[in-house]
Amino acid sequence: MQLIDKTIVQNYIDSFANKEIFIHLETTNGAYASHKDESFLNAGAFIRNAKIRFSLGKITGEGPYRIGLKLDSGWVYGEGLTHFERDEKGRLLMAGLNSKGQLAIALELSETPFD
Amino acid sequence: MEKERHVLVVFPHPDDEAFGVSGTIAYHVQKGTPVTYACLTLGEMGRNLGNPPFATRESLATIRKKELMASAKALGIQDLRMLGFRDKTIEFEDEKTLTDLIYKMILELNPSLVITFYPGYSVHPDHDATGRAVVSAVGRLPKELRPKLYCVAFSNNCEKELGSPDVIIDVSAFAEQKLATIRAHKTQTALFYDEFSKKLNKKDPDAFKWLHYERFWSYKWTD
Ligand SMILES: [Zn+2]
Repeated sequence: MQLIDKTIVQNYIDSFANKEIFIHLETTNGAYASHKDESFLNAGAFIRNAKIRFSLGKITGEGPYRIGLKLDSGWVYGEGLTHFERDEKGRLLMAGLNSKGQLAIALELSETPFD
Repeated sequence: MEKERHVLVVFPHPDDEAFGVSGTIAYHVQKGTPVTYACLTLGEMGRNLGNPPFATRESLATIRKKELMASAKALGIQDLRMLGFRDKTIEFEDEKTLTDLIYKMILELNPSLVITFYPGYSVHPDHDATGRAVVSAVGRLPKELRPKLYCVAFSNNCEKELGSPDVIIDVSAFAEQKLATIRAHKTQTALFYDEFSKKLNKKDPDAFKWLHYERFWSYKWTD
């Protein structure tokens, strides 16, 4: 993965518009956050291989970036994105990594299901 | 310590074996005891992707699988079983299916010692769920036929509620192997290893204690 280039990522997002695609969306603080600090509320979520279809998708912000995908009847939203890669399967893999290289968010789009 | 017939280690994540148990595994391997390590997931939801990143969310599974194999090799584990579950999902699997799977391994291998996490005292939900399944699998055997069940625990309340660990193993002879195992999981342990090496260099007594002694709680059966 490399640091997000907004123009390139916007073009990639556009290439997934108006198609039935698979999404992986995840946020995490790490499983040990409230072990290290008991007052910390550990929260996170992931959804993998949900099928979506968006008509309009945008990347915004000056970095870390936000992404919004306008669905036929709803939205997908993510913030804190820093890195991206279009992998050998043509999937758009995006992540938000902190300064230690730890993932805080992942947002991935693919025309085929994730493993 | 007596020589075991067979040791079965069951954990959910690659690297779970590296921290509190690798010295003990190395000890049994050196004694000539067969060790089976059943690892439920590939840790594919791990957070550490590196700065700059060396992996994506999607490539992490392959990388961690290789690290797990390298770790097993460093310890001399002959029988490494990757059970194919997904990281973070163990507690949502059907408990009976998990228990059946582990029970079958116990019948097949007839271990004299089983090592897992202490359910309820192991912080990560995958750890607790794995420990629960192992406890119910071992508990299916009549009391007199059960292997010893050593559990790893590290929740903040574990000593308060379980008391002090009753099994403490001196693994100082295997410190190098223990460190090699931790290094084998380099994508996940690099941050820890840097910190830990600094402590060792400063002759921090807690760091040496951690490296040289491994602590287990024998599972407290209620029957
Ligand atoms: Zn773990």
